[in-house]
Amino acid sequence: MAVATINSLRVEIPGGLDVVDGLSLEIGPGEVLALVGESGSGKTTIGTSMLAHARSGARITDGTITIGETEILELAAEPQRALRGKTIAYVPQEPAAALNPSIRIGRQLEEVIFDHERHVSRAQRRARVESALRDVGLPVTDEFISRYPHQLSGGQQQRVTIAMAIILAPRLLVMDEPTTGLDVTTQARILAIVRTLCRDHGIAVLYVTHDLAVVREIADRVIVLYAGRVAESGPVEDVFQQPGHPYTQALLGAVPDISERASLVQIPGRAARPGERPSGCFFHPRCPMRIERCESGEVPTIRLGTAHHACCHRAERVAQSEPRRPAPTRLPKGAEVLLAASRITASHGRTEVLHDVSLTVHERECVALVGESGSGKTTLSQCIIGLHERYTGTVVLRDRPLASSVRERPKDARRAIQYIFQSPYNSLNPRRTVGEIVALPLRVFFGSSHRELHAGVRDALERVGLSAALAAYYPDQLSGGERQRVSIARALVCRPEVLICDEVTSALDVSVQAAIVELLRGLQAENGLSLVFVTHNLALVRNIADEVVVLADGRLVERGDTASVLDAPRDPYTKQLIADTPSIKRVGDITPVS
Amino acid sequence: MDDATVLAAGAETIPREAETAGRHRSRWILRRGLFGLFTLLVISILIFFATHVLPGNAAQAILGHTATPARVHQLERQLGLDRSILAQYWTWLSNAVRGHFGSSLAANEPVTTLIGSPLVNTLVLLGLTALIAVPVSLAVGVLAATRQNGPLDAGISAVSITLAALPEFVIGIVLVTLFATQVLKLLPSVALIPPGQDPLSSGTAMILPVATLTLAVIPYLSRLVRGSMIDVLGSEYVTMARLKGLRPRTILVRHVLRNALVPAIQGTALSLAYLLGGVVTIEYLFAYPGLGSALIAAAGERDVPVIQAICLIFAAGYVIFNMIADLLTIYVTPRLRTQ
Repeated sequence: MAVATINSLRVEIPGGLDVVDGLSLEIGPGEVLALVGESGSGKTTIGTSMLAHARSGARITDGTITIGETEILELAAEPQRALRGKTIAYVPQEPAAALNPSIRIGRQLEEVIFDHERHVSRAQRRARVESALRDVGLPVTDEFISRYPHQLSGGQQQRVTIAMAIILAPRLLVMDEPTTGLDVTTQARILAIVRTLCRDHGIAVLYVTHDLAVVREIADRVIVLYAGRVAESGPVEDVFQQPGHPYTQALLGAVPDISERASLVQIPGRAARPGERPSGCFFHPRCPMRIERCESGEVPTIRLGTAHHACCHRAERVAQSEPRRPAPTRLPKGAEVLLAASRITASHGRTEVLHDVSLTVHERECVALVGESGSGKTTLSQCIIGLHERYTGTVVLRDRPLASSVRERPKDARRAIQYIFQSPYNSLNPRRTVGEIVALPLRVFFGSSHRELHAGVRDALERVGLSAALAAYYPDQLSGGERQRVSIARALVCRPEVLICDEVTSALDVSVQAAIVELLRGLQAENGLSLVFVTHNLALVRNIADEVVVLADGRLVERGDTASVLDAPRDPYTKQLIADTPSIKRVGDITPVS
Repeated sequence: MDDATVLAAGAETIPREAETAGRHRSRWILRRGLFGLFTLLVISILIFFATHVLPGNAAQAILGHTATPARVHQLERQLGLDRSILAQYWTWLSNAVRGHFGSSLAANEPVTTLIGSPLVNTLVLLGLTALIAVPVSLAVGVLAATRQNGPLDAGISAVSITLAALPEFVIGIVLVTLFATQVLKLLPSVALIPPGQDPLSSGTAMILPVATLTLAVIPYLSRLVRGSMIDVLGSEYVTMARLKGLRPRTILVRHVLRNALVPAIQGTALSLAYLLGGVVTIEYLFAYPGLGSALIAAAGERDVPVIQAICLIFAAGYVIFNMIADLLTIYVTPRLRTQ
């Protein structure tokens, strides 16, 4: 008997456009069902629909959602409320924003019990808060329980929200990207907790994510969403081994994996938003296997295995086709050292955050700077570019020592090292057009004439795969991936020798990430660029880097050739990082928490 | 990863810094207090020199136009007006710190006795206004925010914008016309309170002045509350509270109101400070014997010590109200008082 069933759900936004339509799914007790898709695919909408909730503006207009025996969409407001948190609970994506900043966590946990079960005594409430905290591996001291959310780390905050969700022993848990934004070690811990909850308490989980590697690690079954519809569904093994939908295949090809170095295959075009959807199969304009039939009419759901279905005319063909995933060509790095940072020790205020770290980058080399949040990797890259000025040690560019502040560096050195920031959403001036943004460095470094500027901008945009027409647009009219390409174009017009990429893909969807990574790889091959690639994602490192430098707590713990570091790590910290990184190919061994 | 690692990692503690936080807080309060005093000092300089460049001469003002130059000169010496301006400021300041504001030039009475009763009257007016306006603004703001864009919200918006657009004295005059003179004759149109008498005992006399000030403050405060309520209602932690299935009342009171309070606290402080100095016209309109009326009278008589004392009280009000607001803000915002 299913814990939860959704039957042909439709959610609309104003104007009658649908975010989700005709969606059905079923979750059994103790089962983890993953809902995978890129941003805008409707996965969060489906997640909150399970609690009979739609974000403001959106409306559930059709379909049924049954939890146990209860048809929840037909209930009045009060019984609906009584179900939320008690029978179906929700774990949010960003715990820092979802926890009330002015209420102690103990009280936030307790009020869930109080508002659902008024008869429970204070002492019993306290006991249940403690037991929920124990379930998620958090301390149960008075001191901890009386903390405010900002006094916890990101991983602890997420565990508090999970404790909050399981405190009334719900039958279904909706987890909305619960590990996005956490580092891999914390993510591994959270996944272990989820496994334990399913095993020990028989809780069913709807796990919403965009991360296929996490799906492989945690889920029993998976539903791949495209434009608010099911593209493919089935047991995780089947879907990953023999994807029957070209979109699933494309997603799998776009995800870097820690176990092998392969080209990341881009998905052309971009996801169809409500209102821009084509006729026929919504994916057909981006599909490499489309045939005429795909362009109009209904798409059949084809059964590929016991519970494995794909919504594609050519599902059987797709399932049998071997995805192309060529190993990337690798250019030999140059012999000459281009950039050397030696014995860098840096502080934030009075706290030393980087201790005696050295780094060399050869010509045409990609050095990955790896570590968890707080390891000092961004500080180091900012010392190199001259944005973090309080450091000792030297930064040398082609035998020329550089001043610690970017302001005191000669123009040519400033031009030679360029920086691309993590978030394309706030690293572009919202009041300048793309053309003006890209033209500025041209004017500053080369004093280009008006005509040269125009040509330079067009050329740069084309090199990063953007249409020259975008020069007239403002950043907020572009998607995240397009914006990050603009950032790259802005760096490229400087004719840099070293490009520092600070977590440049962590805010982007996997398909967009694949495109950006391939773009950077291409630029490296064509122009002989050297890259310093700052990331916490070891799978990406495997795919792009020649050399890896691992930082932990501001110290260099390991460095070496990518293959040797990832295949035979020597430092225990590196070993742990690699073990915690989920993989599509290698099914991990997450030990459940007892 | 084994269980022990999981638990050990869960126990990773952020160093407890309650004591340091406490010390940090009292240091902050001390700093804030010193800064307030410094502000007052700067204001005292401004007030003193501003009253000095006022046209007219105090001695001349006291003696009248018929006084001989010799007599004026003598009085100037007596009052210390012939000394350097810095020396005069120093004497004034050191006396003011001890609560001596000198003697009124016009009434020949110590300034403190002269403005004692008006100060009490003004504070009573202010207190009553705050007592009514703050809860009403909260209620109106919450009502409008929870029915955002509905007919009630639109109605409240229209009324409050109209009220906000009218100067207080216009509101006062309309109220007087409606309730005290032309239409109904329910209430007294002036609030004459004999010096020394408790203004609260004069009953109906207080109603119109308080109503006028209340109506002047509510639009501003309630819109402030509405705005911050809407921000908080749209926050993820309120969505989370709904998804946790909390009762609507719990959500409103515990999750929304408390976090929406901060702008309201700051706004209330600013309104009260504004009222303290801005009641001048209203006190005049209703002939209410408060500080505003006293200030107008003193300005007419070039009674410099009284002007200085009242201005200093207004300034101190600003500083004190804002300081209280900052302390309250810290109280309701744990982030500001814990590490």
